[in-house]
Amino acid sequence: MSKRRTKETSLTLGECISQVQDILRKRFCLQKLNGRPFGMESQHKHLLELLKRTAIQGESNSILIVGPRGAGKTMLLNDVLNALLEVKQVRENVLEVHLNGLLQTDDKIALKEITRQLQLENVVGDKVFGSFAENLAFLLEALKKGNRSSSRPVIFILDEFDLFAHHKNQTLLYNLFDISQSAQTPVAVIGLTCRLDVLQLLEKRVKSRFSHRQIHLLNSFNFQQYLKIFEEQLTLPEDFPDRRFSQEWNQNCQSLSKDQTVKDVLKKQFNSSKDLRSLHILLMLALSQVTVSNPFITSVALLEAYRVRSMDSKANLLHGLSVLEICLVIAMKHLNDIYEGEPFNFEMVHNEFQKFIQRKAQAIHNFEKPVIMKAFEHLQQLELIKPVDGPATRIQKEYQLTKLLLDSNQIMDGLQKYPHCPTDLRQWASSSLG
Amino acid sequence: MMTSLEHPGYPQDGLLRLEEKLLCRESQVSLLLSLFGEPHQYSYPSIFIYGHTTTGKTYVMQTVLAELELPHAFVSCVECFTSRMLFEHILNKLQSYVTSSEISQSLYISCDSFSDFVRLFKQLISHQDLKNQTFYIVLDKAEQLREMEANLLPGFLRLQEMTDANVTVIFLTEIVWEKLHPNMGCFEPLILYFPDYSKVELQKILSHDHPSEYSAEFYAAYINILLGVFYTVCRDLKELKHLAAINFAKFCEPVTKDEATESDTRKLWKNIEPHLKTAMQTVYLREISSSQWEKLQQEDREAGQLKGLSAYAHVELPYYSKFLLIAGYLASYNPARTDRRFFVKHHGKIKKTKFLKKHEKTNNHLLGPKPFPLDRLLAIFYSIVDSRIAPTANIFSQISSLVALQLLTLVGHDDQLDGPKYKCAVSLDFIRAVARTVSFDLIRYLYDFL
Repeated sequence: MSKRRTKETSLTLGECISQVQDILRKRFCLQKLNGRPFGMESQHKHLLELLKRTAIQGESNSILIVGPRGAGKTMLLNDVLNALLEVKQVRENVLEVHLNGLLQTDDKIALKEITRQLQLENVVGDKVFGSFAENLAFLLEALKKGNRSSSRPVIFILDEFDLFAHHKNQTLLYNLFDISQSAQTPVAVIGLTCRLDVLQLLEKRVKSRFSHRQIHLLNSFNFQQYLKIFEEQLTLPEDFPDRRFSQEWNQNCQSLSKDQTVKDVLKKQFNSSKDLRSLHILLMLALSQVTVSNPFITSVALLEAYRVRSMDSKANLLHGLSVLEICLVIAMKHLNDIYEGEPFNFEMVHNEFQKFIQRKAQAIHNFEKPVIMKAFEHLQQLELIKPVDGPATRIQKEYQLTKLLLDSNQIMDGLQKYPHCPTDLRQWASSSLG
Repeated sequence: MMTSLEHPGYPQDGLLRLEEKLLCRESQVSLLLSLFGEPHQYSYPSIFIYGHTTTGKTYVMQTVLAELELPHAFVSCVECFTSRMLFEHILNKLQSYVTSSEISQSLYISCDSFSDFVRLFKQLISHQDLKNQTFYIVLDKAEQLREMEANLLPGFLRLQEMTDANVTVIFLTEIVWEKLHPNMGCFEPLILYFPDYSKVELQKILSHDHPSEYSAEFYAAYINILLGVFYTVCRDLKELKHLAAINFAKFCEPVTKDEATESDTRKLWKNIEPHLKTAMQTVYLREISSSQWEKLQQEDREAGQLKGLSAYAHVELPYYSKFLLIAGYLASYNPARTDRRFFVKHHGKIKKTKFLKKHEKTNNHLLGPKPFPLDRLLAIFYSIVDSRIAPTANIFSQISSLVALQLLTLVGHDDQLDGPKYKCAVSLDFIRAVARTVSFDLIRYLYDFL
């Protein structure tokens, strides 16, 4: 590894690169931003005020944050919670309970988790409760400690909120919203979900107890703002130890965002999906190419990263099939063309293949039927073809109806890239007769 | 020897060993290591690697993690097919990395739900012994996660976020990502593709482990011949390796018997080529086992004498059962309206229009057998059997034994009102063999061969 000593500061190039990788990786992987998330000022204010009212003034609230995947719901919430905890009174008083629909798949598990996060396991001990509501009420009562007349405010955060709506009777949701309406303990219930129709999932009694407040986070920035975000994501923070290197790096980022190839790549990415997570994947792939020998992100690296991202996965699989399997795929394509997409079985494919062999091929000689059956089953294993009925029906496997899960265009593209493709095969594929 | 892989944070000798062990996969290893970064740096929370079978996904992953001594847990989703097994396997593997001195702590951890898994995982991973290194969880055959509980795949995709720890989950599978990702959306992983080996690369890998008694060029020539026969049919490295191993003795035979020298390629080729062709029909299809094949080669018998697996499917049936089976086949593959022409002795004139050359799709041998009622079977049976037979229980019991042998299949429910319906489940070759034994000209009675 070559190490170059810089003239002024004490960090070597290797260490600089290492630091850069550390910081940027944390930013892309852990979603630790260097500032406010973009374009969410009003939502931020709204949520912060709501939570302040719960924490300081003891008012119960419920709210849903709705937005597509990767829109920044969790980021917004974490930002607001950090801002909230800066107030001393809040820090000492307020309790947080984080629940996730993927983890707590059942209301019983959810209740155990709530008990654990409120650190009330000792208090509950071995008590047996009649119902969920009793249990929850007991927990919240227990939070009234000492001679305080009022209970400590609790913030419930429910990630993947729509999954909680699939629990039996929606008991957890019902009870949480019930408590938020009945003013015993100041409680804030914040739900995060990606479904826009989440309210339709709630039962009538649950919906009526919900305050119907929603914050929508739709990625509402345009391409110019997207470019700015791109540059921001790559910029190193002010407190980077080696000033000269960070200046060079930031200048490189600025020149990247003006480069036309980079702009084209970003435009394509923006057109396919706007959210920041896809941008992070792209940047991660480009960042991984940064080493001591090429210490800056180049436009070539971004281009390559986009190419890796936008590969057609089924075309890649086609590339790796054997010649016999490709013949079968082309035979299936012809059957689809002739019979307009009706499902076929192995015997029909075999028949097409035999017609091709007898008519045209010199390059491919005939194989025995069991060998062709093995190739057919390999295609089934790769899920490029799929039986229509399912494996349970009692039909001989040669006669089971299957359909092809590849598009005609995909097949033709795949054939173009296929290594050492015999010309007979290509001609057969592009001929319109059977 | 300078390695072409430049990755800070990993020991140089480890990288050199990787280069030696993993042939033809340098760019993939390089990409993986550059994504991993240094051992303490964070990597992308989930990576999805797909590619054909035996393109080295599992092998590369295991070798990289073992040689560079990175803390990891390797799980096969076929082996751990319930969520409990999956969680416990990962947690106990993690525990084995953190328990250094306290022996009492190495009790088996049991874990039931994803919630407990995340909690226990968080506790274990904050241990000092790991020194902030990234912990890798590798889920092999990840397509099995679709069959397990629905929250496992989305949960593992965002495990880094949920446990707030330095962990990366890697998924290895043959199936493309579009088929695995859940309907409600999820945390999208970084998708990587392991390309298949080209013919040149296959040649290189297969020639790598040549036996020491012979020279590398000799073995390379053998591999070349083998690939020439099998490459159009199969590109699976495992199968090709197996075929190379069991056929090599036959290839060397002329040399060991001093009939030819190592460089006499034409003679060697003439010797081995028919042998490889029979191998394609037998060992490749697993009709006979590899040990039978090797015995065959040593005794130098004809392969045709050996009975493959499908030969055992032929069953000796009693005389009337054979006719019942033939009748069943005719009932399945002839349309009912043509019965009169074939089976009635004096059918008179039948209009030609009913027998126009059929559109190819309605060739019944392509569509499969059709169900027929019991009465039709018996009618055809009586017509094709020469002697007079009474419909005794004997005949009916032979029908049920044919069903038990799965030569006929019962279709639909056992409905007493309509009578049972059957379908014939044998192939044309089989029934021709049966018909030959009773000197029955089957082709004359089949509608498709008119």
